[in-house]
Amino acid sequence: MTSAEPRVVDFPLRRPGEAFPPPRYQDYRDQPGLMLSYLPNGNKVWLVTRHEDVRAVLTNRKISSNPDHPGFPNISQTMGVPRQEQIPGWFVGLDSPEHDRFRKALIPEFTVRRVRELRPAVEQTVDRCIDAMLAAGNEADLVADFALPVPSLVISSLLGVPPVDRDFFESRTRTLVAIQASTDQQRDTASRELLRYINRLVAIKQKWPGDDLISRLLATGAIEPQEMSGVLMLLLIAGHETTANNIALGVVTLLNNPEWIGDDRVVEETLRFHSVADLVSLRVAVEDVEISGQLVRAGEGIVPLVAAANHDEQAFACPHRFDPARTERHHVAFGYGVHQCLGQNLVRIEMEIAYRRLFERIPGLRLAVPAEELPLKYDGVLCGLHALPVRW
Amino acid sequence: MRITVDTDRCVGAGQCVLTAPAVFDQDHDGVVEVHDPAVGADEQDAVALAATLCPSGAITVQRD
Repeated sequence: MTSAEPRVVDFPLRRPGEAFPPPRYQDYRDQPGLMLSYLPNGNKVWLVTRHEDVRAVLTNRKISSNPDHPGFPNISQTMGVPRQEQIPGWFVGLDSPEHDRFRKALIPEFTVRRVRELRPAVEQTVDRCIDAMLAAGNEADLVADFALPVPSLVISSLLGVPPVDRDFFESRTRTLVAIQASTDQQRDTASRELLRYINRLVAIKQKWPGDDLISRLLATGAIEPQEMSGVLMLLLIAGHETTANNIALGVVTLLNNPEWIGDDRVVEETLRFHSVADLVSLRVAVEDVEISGQLVRAGEGIVPLVAAANHDEQAFACPHRFDPARTERHHVAFGYGVHQCLGQNLVRIEMEIAYRRLFERIPGLRLAVPAEELPLKYDGVLCGLHALPVRW
Repeated sequence: MRITVDTDRCVGAGQCVLTAPAVFDQDHDGVVEVHDPAVGADEQDAVALAATLCPSGAITVQRD
């Protein structure tokens, strides 16, 4: 156990105007033990920045994901984002074994084989979005016209949203994540409309089951009908903006590194390189626990910083270099432990097809503004772009 | 090389299937299963990598 007083540091840090982890993470990683910080509400949080330590925290049974626990670091709240209520079925906020019932019921929908079967549908969705951009002229906002609609349309087809309702579904999910373009009230309305729509869809699938995720999930009997809306909202939110940010930032990085265009290994490397969900895997100690020689008391918050872990030079050679040929694949961009992203294989396929089709069909794609003017989204828990103006 | 899988721990992330598809598969429930326990010499590194990538520690390997 370290005897030295832990160092109190600034947190959360903003990214330095590019899609890169804050440089001070390196300083935090180089210090022994853990860094200590205080959230604006006064709650104590321990920052975990080394790859090995992040993996250890995310697999420790003395450490909980439950946001209802006092001391849980509700970071988005301190950034002004209202807290997502712990609705029934919101299983990322549950620990094992309660969590496992939901996860196990959903696994068959996201296996490697199942996701490969979705490939033609994803290709069709990507192509339709590109068709629409090409038909509209020679410029577009790649966030609004491509990166956001692709995952939303993929999820809506997976859930069995009828094609006639997909525009409704897509526009509401877009309002929900457009921090700059929509007001709190608009987001609140969109969220309620979506929840109402999802509840109606579940009721319809109960009466008339189809060949879709909701019907199959209901048929397992493992999830109560009143838990379905939480489960489905979670799939929608978890799979939408994260994927969109990965697509948008990946396109920028590929434009900066055009020698890698057409190489599917860029998917794994962009996931690591950008680590868009840096502040998502939040935890709280439920028993006293020692991490990296530091005693963390029960009830204290823990923030495993996945972007810091993914740029740890002990785990990745030259971590700040974008190198899709690197052989290390153990990044924690999807988290680690039992909560590791359920939809990760779907995300991989969406990113691969999005990059490939975009550069095949629009080979002259280029930024319409200087790279330093791209509006980076670093004021929320996810890193991404508010807009990505391009032309061809 | 000896592979042990703990199907209770498996969370179906699919990392093993992506990493060593000749050895690992997911069953109807998405849970890990070992295709072929006779791991060829050229597969051993991939199997070891799959074990370290597994997020729930469901795969244990012992090299002979």
